[in-house]
Amino acid sequence: MMAARFLRRALPVLRQTRCYAEAASGAPQMSFTFASPTQVYFREASVKQVDVPTLTGAFGILPAHVPTLQVLRPGVVTVFNEDGSSAKYFVSSGSVTVNADSSVQLLAEEAFPLDQLDIAAARANLEKAQADLSGTTDEAARAEVQISIEANEAIVKALE
Amino acid sequence: MFARSSALVFSPQWGQVRNMATLKDITIRLKSIKNIQKITKSMKMVAAAKYARAERQLKPARVYGTGALALYEKADIKAPEEKAAKHVIIGVTSDRGLCGAIHSGVAKTIKSEIANLTGAGKEVMVINVGDKLKALLHRTHGKHIMLNCKEIGRKPPTFGDASVIAAELLNSGYEFDQGSVIFNRFRSVISYKTDQKPIYSIDTVANSESMGIYDDIDADVLRNYQEFTLVNIIYLALRESSTSEQSARMTAMDSASNNASEMIDKLTLTFNRTRQAVITKELIEIISGAAALN
Repeated sequence: MMAARFLRRALPVLRQTRCYAEAASGAPQMSFTFASPTQVYFREASVKQVDVPTLTGAFGILPAHVPTLQVLRPGVVTVFNEDGSSAKYFVSSGSVTVNADSSVQLLAEEAFPLDQLDIAAARANLEKAQADLSGTTDEAARAEVQISIEANEAIVKALE
Repeated sequence: MFARSSALVFSPQWGQVRNMATLKDITIRLKSIKNIQKITKSMKMVAAAKYARAERQLKPARVYGTGALALYEKADIKAPEEKAAKHVIIGVTSDRGLCGAIHSGVAKTIKSEIANLTGAGKEVMVINVGDKLKALLHRTHGKHIMLNCKEIGRKPPTFGDASVIAAELLNSGYEFDQGSVIFNRFRSVISYKTDQKPIYSIDTVANSESMGIYDDIDADVLRNYQEFTLVNIIYLALRESSTSEQSARMTAMDSASNNASEMIDKLTLTFNRTRQAVITKELIEIISGAAALN
């Protein structure tokens, strides 16, 4: 009987089956660091999932995500904690790094919780920036105005 | 006879040169040292306030900066040793003095780094952040200096300052392969240490072996990412340097005030002794004058 059990266990090796990657049994927890130059929101915290807006699109990061480097665009970062609650922050720009050991560093140039942003002010800034766009011809100034438009649009969209 | 009398004429002159200070001299000196003590005490108070604020702001900046450096550590990025690499050194101090060995520590490290690198045949250029560093390096290593930044140290450093420095470096046209930022890392109120953090160029990072595991990276994203990381590292250096500088200035002004106190004590004693000596001399003159009359 022992031999049979042994054989059964040995068979998969002989058959060279391919299976899906190991389930997260003892998979590394995500060590999540989220900071701006002036404030730290998460420091090597263990969270379930993080959604980030990047230049190539928004994607969610779970533990054991494939390592990658991305650049952020203005948008909302959503952090899903272990207990199921989520927190949203608006980031202006920055970078996100997912390393092989499942640590994630989200460094934002400016980041604020959504409730600290005023939608009326964002709308007013957006209108002003759109009006400025038609007025400016200098390329560098145009780029600045376009950045302002993009950021304000994202803020308005996030707060609605 | 003449020779003897001329000898008598000379000696009182030598006796008078070693003059015991008059009361007036001592008073003037005492007043000036008391003023100096007031100034150093107030400078210490100001530095203490600035230090408290700088240390508070350093905490998030440290998390931020170590987050930025995490990639270099985890991916174990190293510049290729073989080819003649172009180096850049960013030295971070400030414009203002009276802060102990802050500026000289960084300058010493930079000078030894330049010596090592030029000895190994590599090209080095230096960016000075802070006027004091420029003054220290200008004479001996002037030809290595690429860029000077001033107005550092008056106000707390911001992310914007770091991005200006990084932008100037990247726009300067100097194609460096790797480099380091040399600054004073803050350890505690009484201690700081001169430290180095590495920076790499976009090509070095892209060609590094372990970058293969990072998925889905195109050149544009990597360039943006690298530029951002550069700013982050410079920002960390600025914050650490500012905190170290304020704590060093606090310590320096504190010891200056203590030294001034000591001098004031000693001078006060001398003043009292001199005053008593003057009074005694006057009494002696009066008494001997009166005795001569009788």
